[in-house]
Amino acid sequence: MAAPFRAGRPALILHSQCIKFAAKGTEVGASVAEPVTAESLRERVDGFLAGHDPAGDRLEFLRARFDAGLAWVHYPVGLGGLGAPRVLQPVVDQRFAAAGAPDNSPRRIGIGLGMAAPTILRHGTAAQRERFLRPLWTAEEVWCQLFSEPGAGSDLAGVATRAVRDGDGWLVDGQKVWTSMAHQARWGILLARTDPAAPKHAGLTYFLCDMHAPGVEVRPLRQATGEAEFNEVFLSGVRLGDELRLGAVGEGWAVARTTLMNERVAIGGAALPREGGMIGVLARTWRRRPELRSPALHDEVLRLWVRAEALRLTGIRLRQQLAAGEPGPEGSAMKLAFAALTQQISGTEVELLGAEGLRHDHWRADRPEELDLIGRGPTYRWLRAKGNSIEGGTSEVLRSIVAERVLGLPAEPRQDTGVAWKDLPR
Amino acid sequence: MTLDLRYTEEQEQLRDSVRAMLADHAGWARVLEVAESPEPDDADLWRLLSVETGLAALAVPEHLGGAGATLAETAVVLEELGRAAAPVPYLGTAVAAQLLLHLGESDLLRELAGGGIVALALPFDVGPAGQRLPDVEVSTAADGSPLLNGTISGVADALRATVLIVPAGGALFAVDAEAPGLRRTAVVSLDETRPLCDLAMWNAPARLLAAGDRAASALDSALVAGAVLLASEQLGLAQWCLDTTVEHLRTRYQFGRPVGSFQALKHRLADLWVELVQARAVARYAAAAVAQGDPDARLAASLAQAHNGPLAVRAAEECVQMHGGIGFTWEHPAHLYLKRAKSASVAYGTAPHHRAALAALADLAPA
Repeated sequence: MAAPFRAGRPALILHSQCIKFAAKGTEVGASVAEPVTAESLRERVDGFLAGHDPAGDRLEFLRARFDAGLAWVHYPVGLGGLGAPRVLQPVVDQRFAAAGAPDNSPRRIGIGLGMAAPTILRHGTAAQRERFLRPLWTAEEVWCQLFSEPGAGSDLAGVATRAVRDGDGWLVDGQKVWTSMAHQARWGILLARTDPAAPKHAGLTYFLCDMHAPGVEVRPLRQATGEAEFNEVFLSGVRLGDELRLGAVGEGWAVARTTLMNERVAIGGAALPREGGMIGVLARTWRRRPELRSPALHDEVLRLWVRAEALRLTGIRLRQQLAAGEPGPEGSAMKLAFAALTQQISGTEVELLGAEGLRHDHWRADRPEELDLIGRGPTYRWLRAKGNSIEGGTSEVLRSIVAERVLGLPAEPRQDTGVAWKDLPR
Repeated sequence: MTLDLRYTEEQEQLRDSVRAMLADHAGWARVLEVAESPEPDDADLWRLLSVETGLAALAVPEHLGGAGATLAETAVVLEELGRAAAPVPYLGTAVAAQLLLHLGESDLLRELAGGGIVALALPFDVGPAGQRLPDVEVSTAADGSPLLNGTISGVADALRATVLIVPAGGALFAVDAEAPGLRRTAVVSLDETRPLCDLAMWNAPARLLAAGDRAASALDSALVAGAVLLASEQLGLAQWCLDTTVEHLRTRYQFGRPVGSFQALKHRLADLWVELVQARAVARYAAAAVAQGDPDARLAASLAQAHNGPLAVRAAEECVQMHGGIGFTWEHPAHLYLKRAKSASVAYGTAPHHRAALAALADLAPA
């Protein structure tokens, strides 16, 4: 068994304002002439491996894998894929992993893979697809998401960052926040306002922002945990060429919806084993430390264990449905339940440990490269879990979305549609 | 072993046909009529489910007159029966069938497949470790045959049973429902869609079915099956409560807007839906585990009850509350579901019983 504090991974990767309906994925474009099967994919991988040494140059290997259509098999031929069914991707990944091939650090480029890529594929020009998808997939270029602002969190369509025509390009001014990986990113997907006189959803345009352009300033944003996992990004007179506009002027919201709908519950990863997540930490502490036990805490631990196992099984069922091409809306339930559960498990762990549970490892402003929700001590876990119900859409916003889109309940009356964005109270 | 937690195509078809049948024959007005009548259940509906469609003997092997299906299919039927709050002794019969299958009791399985009702004489609230099982004494008649003496309170699905299976003295006995010395007394029950009865036996003649380990393991498999099947019934019940409440909130106007547009109510229903999604996963896992003989079946059963029992009660309580005044009246079906959910929450062990069982199964020892 893995060491207790390294055993689990967050079940979700969450970085947007939108709920995740089990994404069908992006299955557009050309496919190879013959139907791709699991068996034919294994043969392709084996053929590829015969000609490319997995122990050789990492980048060359990844580029070649992309060019062979074995990067993301559901992407079109010529863009890293074979136009194959998405469910066959694990066949390829497992074959490469078994051969000891280098991977593309998927956790480091999650925003690129999960959000930027499907949006560029769907809305990009041929030149944009050609330019961006390969280095995105090979992790040569890290992406970040420039969506949230201090004044536009849950209400993302209210973003105030302005993009103004400047000759054959655009001048961008504004401030973005909660931007993961911005300090490492080469590119950002940017939602900006191009027409303040239009109603808020209609006045937006989507850009690919050059993070190395003059006027882009990334500042670490320190969180309650003490570390700086996220950033603030200040955009001051940033000049972007028109070739970096994704989709039509004024169509930014439609493009952004593609991004948000593709932010995915991490369904691609393997299902966690029982007690593989945060509940395992609590259960092991309970077993190891009989002197800490009380009857009331016992029932609390059991209640949490039941909920954690129920949620784990829900994830397994969801994956089975997706693999069978029967996506349902259950993914949104996962996020809501996951946030509440991690908060309560970590809270109970601190309580169980008493004063010992109050010992914090350090308050250094670390810049973690990967999100690890259970990697440190109980106080870290408890604090970090507070973010789970805020990032990727607050639990309150998600509940409204579930109520309206899944249950079909009527929308809340609102005052912000049909009014010029500039005239909205803020 | 990886268990498939999805419904098969056949199971979806089974669901559709059961739902259609119940829509025709077990509308809520009919359910209320039966609940108010002196009859313990809906004999016509039972005939339809048993003799005419064979749904009551799904898990009985084909050579004994059944359908040769598994507990996973039986669970789908129970989802629909829960959704309809149908007043039929289906759950008890399905649990008895599990026990008889375990024992290989061909004659009784045949009787069951022919529409007979075989009831397991257990208190409805029997726990996963056999908690609340009463002592029934076994004595011997002059001819050496066994006689049973004792009382068992709060038995479900037994009032119209033709045969009762009674645990006594560490063994299992079959008692003919017409046997001298056996008395069944109907109990005015919280849930009149599944009324309880008290059993009393004075030198009731019985037939030994199994003793020792064989009896214990058969009873144990029945308790696991009961917890698992009930979890699916609770899922169906909760789904009805959510669906009905959503429909009400979409169409009921107050303050000039649909009540369902108020966030205070939407968020509660969203939370209920989140729980329901998980209830489906645990119910399917438990049904699959038992159907496949997975070693995790016992844990899955207790997990399913610990999760779905309280969920069904909550769903029914939310249904009553969010319907407002009409939800508290006799002439709205919500109260039938409220009562059935509460009654079911103690059946086959309460959630605390099952958490205690999980403590042992998951190595989480008490203080």
